[in-house]
Amino acid sequence: MKKFLAIFMARNKEFFKDTGTLIWVILFPIVMITGLSLALSDNNKPLYKIGIIGTYNESADFFQTKYLQYINYDSEDEAILKLSHHQIDFLINIHKNEYWMNSDSSKGYIVEKLFEITGYSQSFIKHIVTGKAIRYVDWVFPGVIAMNIMMNSLFGVGFVIVRYRKNGVLKRLKATPLNSFEFITGQIFSRLFIVVTINSFVFLICNLFLKFVIVGSLFNMLLITILGSFCHISLGLLFSCRFKSEELANGVINLVSWPMMMFSGIWFSLEGAPSILSKIANIFPLTHFVTALRKIMLEGASLTGVINHIIILVVMSVVFLISGSYLFKWDEN
Amino acid sequence: MSENIIEVHNLKKIYPKNIVAVNDISFQVKKGICFGLLGPNGAGKTTTIEMMEGILKPTSGKILFKGELIDKRFKEQVGIQFQNTSIQDFLTVRDTLKLFLSLYLKVKPLDEIIEICSLHDIIDRDTKKLSGGQKQRMLLGIALINDPELLFLDEPTTGLDPQARRNFWELIRNIKKSGKTIILTTHYMDEAEVLCDEIAIMDQGKIIVQEKPEILLKENFCGAFVTIPYHSDYERIVNTLNWNIKIDSNSIQIQCVDIDEVLTILLRNKIPLTGLKIDEPNLEDLFIKLTGSSLRL
Repeated sequence: MKKFLAIFMARNKEFFKDTGTLIWVILFPIVMITGLSLALSDNNKPLYKIGIIGTYNESADFFQTKYLQYINYDSEDEAILKLSHHQIDFLINIHKNEYWMNSDSSKGYIVEKLFEITGYSQSFIKHIVTGKAIRYVDWVFPGVIAMNIMMNSLFGVGFVIVRYRKNGVLKRLKATPLNSFEFITGQIFSRLFIVVTINSFVFLICNLFLKFVIVGSLFNMLLITILGSFCHISLGLLFSCRFKSEELANGVINLVSWPMMMFSGIWFSLEGAPSILSKIANIFPLTHFVTALRKIMLEGASLTGVINHIIILVVMSVVFLISGSYLFKWDEN
Repeated sequence: MSENIIEVHNLKKIYPKNIVAVNDISFQVKKGICFGLLGPNGAGKTTTIEMMEGILKPTSGKILFKGELIDKRFKEQVGIQFQNTSIQDFLTVRDTLKLFLSLYLKVKPLDEIIEICSLHDIIDRDTKKLSGGQKQRMLLGIALINDPELLFLDEPTTGLDPQARRNFWELIRNIKKSGKTIILTTHYMDEAEVLCDEIAIMDQGKIIVQEKPEILLKENFCGAFVTIPYHSDYERIVNTLNWNIKIDSNSIQIQCVDIDEVLTILLRNKIPLTGLKIDEPNLEDLFIKLTGSSLRL
């Protein structure tokens, strides 16, 4: 325990005294969130999103209307929740001849008028839902935080350990009674402490002036953040276990982190995306981290409501950690 | 009877592509001495010392520490200063020493380490801002943190200025006085002459000789070296005399037993004594004699 704490504290001191990196790690997500918030403050997109349950007749006048996007849902409850959050503007259940509109949504009002004008609404029963709009910045924030954690974890562990191996820090530690398990756990928990602390701080700062929609439990959000961070730190460890060159480590980490940034649902929803893209996205731990965090924050999901993502993150963490520890080498020889 | 603290038996290290770094060497180091492992770069001394430290796995052979094969307890009982090493960034000397203090069961008090290695003036300085000599003092402090019985120092003064080297030698002398065994690798022969009680000279993965420096010098040389500036006329004259000479483009070196006789003959042959030097043989001369080459620094 004494050795673990020594490694934990030394790594923390090293990180927090590196003021340049510290400022960057805090400022980067704040600047990105603020930029997105300003750039996307105008939500008047020329597209109306219609949720559909069941199969619709494409030749009907309403479905011929331009600038309408149709998104299929299997679950009525899920679709109603999306409507209440203004993530879709209108919902039609073809099977039950029912439709829903959000009385707090101006776009919903317009789509309802279109629905009526085309004469398609006559046989449908109307339901009204209410709910505060979820801005893009509310939606994108869990993604940006998760992405920041992913980058901090992969580079903070993967890159740093490779640097330690290259410049001889690991060789020096190998000459002491410290064993690899004590070193690895010290590194992991130090990075976990750093990323969770810093990103919690980022969350508080951003929330202060952007006032995010937070429906779920903050404690559950913290638990998912810890699990997601742990999973990505373990992945970073796996990358660092053998590499001898910082350039190679940098290249491989970028090779993995860029597709994760693009296809894990950080910037846009994977709903309605081609199935191949959804399948690829499910391979990435970041997808499960972002989805779980978003569901808790925006939909008020409980931990059992995101249990499938939790199980996947736990399994991935265990696989990465065991493989990384098994393959870990102190030095270049 | 003096006890061996560490013994090396038929040690061999072959790197990939069949590069033989250490080729079946055996030697023993007595307790309480400073043992010098000398040789040019690439001789295999760092590979040998790293196998003895337990950092590198030998291809074959065995290493005994106090008569037993080295095991987990070994790291608690030895101190190591590597040839090139880094420590974590943004830590002060005190932070770094405290980190290493936490890694051992039995440790020397921090104040004693500061005292032994003269770290008072730099103890709260960022390790990145240390000079070469200061960094080596801190690394020596780390190597001494567990109060080791055996201390490995791998080229500890390489790259230091003459003053820093001499200060470092003083620290090593004081450590020797406390009864610790030191294994020192160096390619500085003057360092070995000043510090080592016994030396082994390595070249091309083999140990050429192992003995006390004064005995080796006595066995391999008699008398002194008389050196005069080079001139083709002088070369022609000394070549007619039956002397043991070595000639290069700048000087003619004569190894002799009777200096008076050599000087008399030189004067008789009208060779001026201007620029003449008389030297005692040293370890560098011994090295050149034994390996047939100058030090490849």
